[in-house]
Parts: sequence; C-alpha cells; structure tokens
Amino acid sequence: MDPTIFGFLLSDGLISGALYALVALSLVLVFAVTRVILIPMGEWVMYAPLTQAGFLEGRLPATVGLSALLLLVWAVLDRRRGRAPWLLAGWAVGVGLLGLAGVRWPSLAGPIAFLVVLPLGPASFRLFFEPLPQGSVLLYLILAVGLHFVYKGLGLAFFGPDQFRLPALWPGELGVLGLPVPGQGVLLVAAALLAMAGLFLFFTTLYGKALRAAAVNRLGARISGISVREAGRVAFLLATAVGAAAGLLAAPLTNASYDMGFLLGLKGFVAAILGGLVSYPLAVVGGGLVGLLEAFSSFYASAYKEAIVFTLLLPILAWRSLSALTLEEEE
Amino acid sequence: MSRAGLLGLVLLAALPWLVPPFYQTLLVFTAIAALVAAGLYLLTGLAGLTSFGQAAFMGVAGYTSALLAVRYGVDPWLGLLAGLAVTGLFALVLGLLTVRLKGHYLPLATIAWQVALFIVMGSWVGLTGGRTGLADLPPVRVLERALTDPRSYFYLAWGLALLYAGLLHRLVHSRHGRMIRALRGDAVAAASFGARPPDLKLWTFVLAALGAGAAGWLYVHFIRFVNPSPFSLEASIFYLIMAVVGGVQSLPGVFLGAALLTGLEQWLKDLLPLVFGKTGNYEIIAYGLILVGILLLAPKGLWPWIEARLPRARPPRPEGPGLSPRAASLADPLLEVRGLTKSFGGLLAVNRLSFEVRRGEILGLIGPNGAGKSTTFNLLAGVLRPDAGSVRFAGREIAGRYPFETVRLGLVRTFQHPHLFPEMTVLENAMLGTFPRTRAPLLASLFWLDRAEERRAAAEAYRALEAVGLAELAFEKAGRLALGQQRQLELARALAADPLLLLLDEPAAGLRAGEKRALAELIQGLRERGITVLLVDHDMELVMHLVDRVVVMHYGEKLAEGSPAEVQRNPAVVEAYLGGVA
Repeated sequence: MDPTIFGFLLSDGLISGALYALVALSLVLVFAVTRVILIPMGEWVMYAPLTQAGFLEGRLPATVGLSALLLLVWAVLDRRRGRAPWLLAGWAVGVGLLGLAGVRWPSLAGPIAFLVVLPLGPASFRLFFEPLPQGSVLLYLILAVGLHFVYKGLGLAFFGPDQFRLPALWPGELGVLGLPVPGQGVLLVAAALLAMAGLFLFFTTLYGKALRAAAVNRLGARISGISVREAGRVAFLLATAVGAAAGLLAAPLTNASYDMGFLLGLKGFVAAILGGLVSYPLAVVGGGLVGLLEAFSSFYASAYKEAIVFTLLLPILAWRSLSALTLEEEE
Repeated sequence: MSRAGLLGLVLLAALPWLVPPFYQTLLVFTAIAALVAAGLYLLTGLAGLTSFGQAAFMGVAGYTSALLAVRYGVDPWLGLLAGLAVTGLFALVLGLLTVRLKGHYLPLATIAWQVALFIVMGSWVGLTGGRTGLADLPPVRVLERALTDPRSYFYLAWGLALLYAGLLHRLVHSRHGRMIRALRGDAVAAASFGARPPDLKLWTFVLAALGAGAAGWLYVHFIRFVNPSPFSLEASIFYLIMAVVGGVQSLPGVFLGAALLTGLEQWLKDLLPLVFGKTGNYEIIAYGLILVGILLLAPKGLWPWIEARLPRARPPRPEGPGLSPRAASLADPLLEVRGLTKSFGGLLAVNRLSFEVRRGEILGLIGPNGAGKSTTFNLLAGVLRPDAGSVRFAGREIAGRYPFETVRLGLVRTFQHPHLFPEMTVLENAMLGTFPRTRAPLLASLFWLDRAEERRAAAEAYRALEAVGLAELAFEKAGRLALGQQRQLELARALAADPLLLLLDEPAAGLRAGEKRALAELIQGLRERGITVLLVDHDMELVMHLVDRVVVMHYGEKLAEGSPAEVQRNPAVVEAYLGGVA
C-alpha cells in the first residue's frame, strides 16, 4: 500500500469514525441516564437530512406532522400537569410553523430540519418509556427495537426508498500533508470532538451529576429531589440533538436514505460499547476505531468489510470485559 | 401427563387436517420459530443472557446440511446430526469467548458474530452460492416417504419442537436447572451452593444454539432452498421479540409468542395493502406498534397475564427417603483460623486473627461496627481471599478456595440480606441446598435419568422446610415470604446442604422480638442435630443467650475470647462497646 492510499483510507476512516462517534455519544448519553439502548437513534439521524431534502425540493416533509402529532399526544398525556399541556401544544404549533418556514426559505432548511426532528426523542421517551419506569434493560431494548421498526417503516412511507444527496456546508477541500480532505469531513470531526467535550463537561456540573444519579439509583435520586422523568426527557432531547446534527453534517458525504439508520446505529453502538457505554471520550475513540477498521478492511476485502469490523470486535470485547472493574449485572 | 395436556396434544395432531394448506405451512413455520424461541426461554428467560445471534446458528446448521446434501448427496437425517455438531462446536467456541462477558458486552458480542456470519453466508460465493443460495435440496424422508407437503412436515416440525421443549422442561426442573435460574438473580448465592457459574452459562448457551440449529435444518429442508436472508440480524431480533412478547420466562409463553407473531406477520402482510390500497413495507409500522403496545400493557409478556387467570393444581407433597447424610467429621476443632489477614488498600480490615470453632459448639463472633466481622465472614465463606493466614476446615486447608468448593466439604452459609429467588417456589429454593449433595450430570436430567435422585432431594428439602416450620408454604413463590420467613428459608436451604459447620451472617437483623425468639429456638435445635454453628451478629441479647463461647473482634483483631459471662466481665470489651464513657 503506498502512502497516498494509506492517507486516503486514514482520512476516510476518521471521517466516518466521527459519524459513528457522534451516534455513540448520543447512545451513551441515553443509556447512562435511562438504561435504554436506543436502537431507533439511527432512524432519527437519517430523518434530519431527509427532512432537509424535503424542504429543498419545496415540499413539506411528513416529519413535521409526526413531530407535531407526538407533541400533541404528549400534551394530552400530561393534561393534568399545570401549564405543561399548553407549552407542549405551543411547541407543536411552533414545529408546524417551522415546517412552513422551511418550505418558504430553503436556505434555512438545515437548521429547521434539526428543530423539526428534535422533539421526536423526548416525545418518544414520554410516550413509550416513561410508562414503564421499572423496566429491565432487556425490556427497554425490545421496546427500542419495536420503535426502530415503526420509525423505519415511517421513514419509507415519508421519504421513499431513494437516496438523497445534500449540498455540503463547506464544499471545498483542505490540504492536509498533501492530501485533499473534504471540508465537510473536517466539520464532522470537529463536531464529534466538540460534542464529546460538551457532554463530558456537562456531566461534571451538578445538573449533569443529578441526571446520572437518576440512572444509578432511581429511589435515591427521587429522595434527593431529582425527577427521574425529567432526567430521561432531557437525556433524550440532548441525544436527539447530537444525532440530528450528526446526520445533517454527514449526509453531504454519505448521502441519506431511510434504511441507512440501522447499520449506522449498530456501528455507533459498537463504538459506545468499546467505551463500556459509560465513557464519552472512549466512545469517541471507539467511533474512530470502527471507522478506521472499516476503511482499511474495505481496501483489502471489500465484500467482507463489515464482517471484519464485527469479528475483530470479539477479541476487543473479551479484553474490555476482563479489564472492566465493575461487576455489573444485566438486570 | 395431565388430561388437559393430552387433549391439547390430540387437538394439535388433528390441526393439519382441519385447516387449508396455507395455514398448514404457517403452522410449520410456527414450530420452527418455537424451537428458536424455546432456546431463548432457556438462555434469556432463565439464565438472563440476551442473544441476538440465534438466526446465525440456524444458518450454520441449515447450510451444513444443505451443503452435504447438494455436494455429497448426504441424507438430510445425517445432515441434521452434522448440522447440530457443527452448530454445537460454533456455540462452544463463541460461548467460551463470550459467556464470561459482563453486562451489555454479551448481547453486543452476539450481534457481532451474527452480522459477521451473515455476511460470510452472502459473500463466500464459492461455498454457499452467495445471495442466490443453493436450490434443489432433497426432502426429508421418513420410512421411504418424502415429506414434501406441509401436512406431513407439520408432524416432523412439531415433533422436534415438542421434543426440544420436553428436554428443556426436564432440564429446568433438575438440579442444574434450578441453579441456572438462580444464577440470573444472584451468582454469589448460586456459587455458595456449589454451582460453577461460567460452566452453567456455557451449557445453556450451547443448548439454546442446538435448538436454533434444529430449527435451521427444518427450515431449509422445508422450503428446500437455502440463502442467507432468513438468517439475518433482523431475524434474530424477531425471534427475541417473539419470546419476550409471549413471555420469555415460560415455555407456554415462548410457544404462544411464536404462534402469535408468525401469524401476525402473515396476516399484516395480507391485510395492510388492502387498507392502504398499495403494497409496501407498511406492515413493519403496525408490527412495531403492536409490539410496543403489548409490552406497555404486559411487560412480562402475554403468558404470565393469562396464567394468572388459570386455576393452579397443588403438587403432591414430596415423600420417601432423603439423601444419604454426609460422613461426620471427627476433626476437633472443626475450624481452625490462624493469622488471618486481609487489607483493602491501606485499611487493615482483619489483622492476624486466630481462633477455632470446636466440634458441636455454637460460637459467636461479635464486635462493634467496623470491627471486621463481615470481612472475616466473607473470608471464611470464600467470597474474599485472604492476604495471609490459614483456615483449616475438617482437617483440610481451605483459605482462598471458592465457595462452590468449600460447600462440598460441608461448610455452608446463610446471607444477612436473604439471597432467595422470588420466582422459584419455597421448595425449589430449599432444593438449591441439595445441589452439592447430588450428582446427576446435566445430560442425565435431559433424558429423565435423574428422577430417583430428584425425588430424594425433594424429600430432603421438604424435611428441611418442616424443620424450620415452612412446610405449609412449600409450593408458594418465595417472593411472597415476609422477612422472618425468608430467614427461615435461608436456614432450610442451608440445612438441605447437610452442613458440618453453618456460618450464620447476622440472622437476627431486622427481625421482631417474636421472630427472634423463634430463630433462637431454631438455632438451638441445630446443635441438637450435631451441627456446629458460627454466628456473626450484633444482637448481644441473642448471642449471649445462645452461644457456648464468644470471640470479640475490635479493629480487625481479636480482643477477647471465652464464655459469654467471662466476656461480659472483660473490661476491654466493655471499653470497646461503650467507648470512653468511663
């Protein structure tokens, strides 16, 4: 392998690694607070650029209606909670107006798509996970798989089976050591590092610690005045924000279609597990590792690239498991 | 077999003659799915291990048989044996790599090999024919008759599924099965009664994979064509969903889930295009919503919800001879502790502690909070390993040995916070104690060769329950017991292990006065049965009235030793308990 190809594979691996890292960060965030392994995150990551593509084609994407609908259901569920239902209804109307604005001003399609997809996370938590506060990890996992089916099916119904190509935010290329690196890739890597640092710092604040406490000991957290429900909603909101941003930044490089989410989520999950599902910096390292493994194995044995990625995982897992300090149990 | 069970079997056998061929096919697929889901009942429902890789095992067996048949003309029945052998080997290797993984690493590892094997099936065109697969597989023949129609295949598929379910049922109600169920809740307690957790996990893993392997073989010889698509990660998830929706913790539950979702999938595929007027992947939405809805309404699955509404028969009371008693040890002192030392980081929790427990006595180990009693207890019980010192039990050195080794020698413990298994009956909990005294290997219990020993173990456990006064509740779930009764059950379980030396960890903690008196009487009774007791407790009143001798610990060292009266007069002990009051 000559140095040029090596360089290409390296930059390619790091860029896709940044995408996996962002998905991994959102999964770690959700798991650390709620014990949910959020399989449908991959779908939401895809929804953001697909919604953007809808705006760019001058039509109102159905995700606007979905977001508003889920918020309205949430408002109905919380109807006895003071001002909450009105705020939620207002949020739903806001999403609708944003949708109209997106059609009117396509240059703002990206940020508006982000805001449209954002409520899906917290609303899904409220509708599907909050009613089962004592669920086991397995129960939540199966619920998440059910939601993955629903959102994947909706994705097909909303956007069709086509792949969409989206315009880059930074269309140019950057020369790094004589190699052309796409500017969009630089943005993606920067976003991953930024999100990692942000989440890491967030969980050192008192509020962040309270969120973590809600996951470790629900009863203890409640006694200390921490709302487990609120913690879950905030975690889902932040995670959806990270995921949607990742989707919008990556789509110009990778394209977007309704069925890409699952494998993306899976690789993000692999990356997250490498960090033990608790560490943000390690999740980013894991993302980079998965990206690099994939890039280099696609060079040597393209048909088996995913097989190689997932097989090499086994020894790494065995090592991680042996070096894991805590004796944690499934249930 | 019960009358209802027999009736159900007759109805099932008549079913293919009552429904059109389309439904016969559906019933065959139900049996295939039920085989995989039944494996998950063992693996996930009982042992608590989640697998996303069962479809890959189906593929391994299916491809093995298909390749042998197409390339070498091997009969499918030999193909089944070969397929199961290869699947078992795969499961053994993957299991050795992965069952020791903690927490969420195991499900991920299963995803990893599932994805990897799926890609190999699709990409190794030279071997597997790639995505186009292998066609024209031979049919399965029984007595020269080729099973090519769904009606005759129905009997093959259901025969295998029910056979497998029967084997699992036997296993679950055997000594190993009880331990597998115990492992899920509490590996320390399981190990304290002689189980080796990693071995049991490996066995459940291989058995579950064999069920999936048989399902894969049935599948490929039914449609007589093999390609990778039925062995994908999505398929694996689908089987897990079936099991969880039906109720992964019972066999009827996983069969119900298999039938329901196999039917549901077909039905939605037919119905939804009529509703929406066009074809598409819309069933997946409804399917996901139904799944989520069922879980929101019945988080443990449908079967427990149904079962709670069915009448329940009370099993007969176990009778007959118990297990043969352990040979008494003549060693005296029975337990000798010399120079026992353990530190945690910089904290010296136990420092050069020496004492002995004489045969037939009740020895109390007491001390103020933080004196090192619990650490000492855990060192003796094998949960912690000492930094230095020796522990001789019945003439043998046991320092640093695992609990599943020492329990076989007759060193049995109870737990301060009762480590019982709420989903198991009181009798089953007590029977866990007989594990180290029984020997039937796992395979023997699959084929019902352990019945005589099982009857004796049940009788033995029942007698232990009588001894502590819980026999009336033998067939209740242990989860219903009050704290005092839980302690009694802990004692019964320990008695069922026929202890030479019983280690009691704060048995009176949290009990009311009446319960404490009953407990004291029970412990007195133990001495009369010739059991030596080491009692660790805070409760001075209980200890002082009950024990023959006391060892007092303070700051990890032995402060005093002697009869209760001597110790109570010892100024150093008074000082330690009352602080610097004087």
